[in-house]
Amino acid sequence: MAKQKFNIIKSTCIPVAIDNCNTDLIIPARYLASTTRDPKFFGDAFMHDLRYTADGQPVADFVMNQPEFSEAPREGVHEIIVGGQNWGSGSSREHAAWAISGYGVRVVISSSFADIHRNNLLNCFVLPVIVSKEFQQELFASIAADPNAVVTVDVPAQTVTNEATGNSEHFDINGYKKYCLMNALDDIDYLLSQKDKIEEFEAKA
Amino acid sequence: MNTLFDKIWDAHVVNKVEDGPTQLYIDRLYCHEVTSPQAFDTLRDKGIKAFRPDHIIAMPDHNTPSDQQEVINDPVGRKQVETLKANCEEFGIKHFAMGTKDNGIIHVVGPEKALSLPGMTIVCGDSHTSTHGAVGAIAMGIGTSEVAQVLASQCILQSKPKTMRINIEGELQQGVTAKDVALYIMARMTTAGATGYAVEYAGSTIRNMSMEGRLTLSNLSIEMGSRAGLIAPDETTFAYLKGREYAPKGEAWDKAVEEWKKLKSDDDAVFDKEVTYRAEDIKPRITYGTNPGAGIAIDECVPTYDGLSESEKAQLKSQLDYMQFQPGEKLEGHPVDYCFLGACTNGRIEDFRAFASVVKGRKKAENVVAWLVPGSWLVRQQIIDEGIDKILEEAGFELRLPSCSSCLAMNPDKVPAGKLSISTSNRNFVGRQGPGARTVLASPLVVAASAVTGVITDPRKL
Repeated sequence: MAKQKFNIIKSTCIPVAIDNCNTDLIIPARYLASTTRDPKFFGDAFMHDLRYTADGQPVADFVMNQPEFSEAPREGVHEIIVGGQNWGSGSSREHAAWAISGYGVRVVISSSFADIHRNNLLNCFVLPVIVSKEFQQELFASIAADPNAVVTVDVPAQTVTNEATGNSEHFDINGYKKYCLMNALDDIDYLLSQKDKIEEFEAKA
Repeated sequence: MNTLFDKIWDAHVVNKVEDGPTQLYIDRLYCHEVTSPQAFDTLRDKGIKAFRPDHIIAMPDHNTPSDQQEVINDPVGRKQVETLKANCEEFGIKHFAMGTKDNGIIHVVGPEKALSLPGMTIVCGDSHTSTHGAVGAIAMGIGTSEVAQVLASQCILQSKPKTMRINIEGELQQGVTAKDVALYIMARMTTAGATGYAVEYAGSTIRNMSMEGRLTLSNLSIEMGSRAGLIAPDETTFAYLKGREYAPKGEAWDKAVEEWKKLKSDDDAVFDKEVTYRAEDIKPRITYGTNPGAGIAIDECVPTYDGLSESEKAQLKSQLDYMQFQPGEKLEGHPVDYCFLGACTNGRIEDFRAFASVVKGRKKAENVVAWLVPGSWLVRQQIIDEGIDKILEEAGFELRLPSCSSCLAMNPDKVPAGKLSISTSNRNFVGRQGPGARTVLASPLVVAASAVTGVITDPRKL
């Protein structure tokens, strides 16, 4: 998936206020049989069964089909999803992270993430940002009041700011992963550089 | 003062990344067709081989049809299964092909062939990898990027989770199974209650539980939010594993058991969280909503909106609208359309014995479509060897071929839109068993009782 270096992201948001939004909702199982890595294929499948009826018609009242939020992400616009709590629970399918990334989203903000999905997002260069429930609710309220409300995610400073209110929170990310995101580096390359240590470990075991 | 989890984790630390995760050595990687193709692509991109192919076992299970296994009619699913086979040939990985006696659902096959052993670290691109923790291993679901990492280096980078011990004490009532225990825990702690933790199950109920029951319980750890659900190995574990295809043999077995006996939490081990439930409080259970934590005892009613906040009410309403249930409705006696016995949750021999014990001498209800799908070819053979297939046949049921089947809509066993399914699988998510399908999760006993009456039925009342 697309590897883009992280620094400061300043963007409007898509509010997906669904608690326990599981990865089956993020991408239904029938899109999993593919062997492709095409970002567009997965981006088109993002939230598919909430976005479209069984016969392919857009579901008018779903947030991503509302005129204020239907524009595809580009720099400064809809690069951030504000999600409900326990975002990404259920299946380990990384296809869910590919769908989010393929759609063009770079940051998901929630009060909690399922563990596997959170790792998958990071491995797909989508930043999961954990905020307090209060901050999450304030973001939903700001976006409801003004769909163009802007949120700033400052990766070097590890802060997320609701520009509508000026309120800000610190978020956690370990130093290694932060370095990887800011420099577009993969875990696999790190591991491949550790072959000596792995063989040493195997010899001892 | 170490926990079981600490002991296995510590024994697999290759390296601690500065201000970062731990580099953990992986003893066993399982691959299936759905979450591996892009991982093999990554290796090809980088021009590298599988680092330790002898640690890796692959088999297709998600796309496998359960009515015949000559051919997969869906071209996309067929290509995925063929791609797994081709990747295994290219990278020198052992592959249990569809339709052969070695095949089945990974989480059924791994333990029953003793490919999953106490003390191991086990991963697979599948959240129900937690199943293998029942043998006393750290077993976790991972994403496809991590599958590529393990293929390339036999390691993953992980932050160490917190630890939680869930104690279940006492004797389970008649008609109550490991599935009910898991559904009870989820309803109590919610589907995010164990997020961030690795769980260890302990207590007298667990000690007295069969290996099949433990595998069911560990399988459902992820539905509580925990990636891993460990159970300390004991005589039940050793008796289950002994003599199985890939278990150590002879002197090696004796030596292994001596080591495995050390795999338990120390008496003074400290967990980040500890909870205790009483077995006598647990009844046969069903779910009413669209997450596995939305469950009740079978004789209880669907919750009402009383005392809920506006947002809680909206969340419950959207679940009940999808399920077409009313607040306060009693579900016992509610007609069902489909019954599913199987999946990595309940596709083992004990589950088929339980199902058969209920339907023996009775007849399948005419309004019900029933899919009885063994978790592996070994399970299927044992069903036949024990004559269970005859009991099922006489009651009007057909035994199908091993597959993930109706647990998720990736093969022909899809529940049609609007139909109500009572299922031994693990997820009642919106559209999980097919677009628009409605799922009630339950134990094999409850599904069997419902299959012969055609309505949601308490097996204790038959």
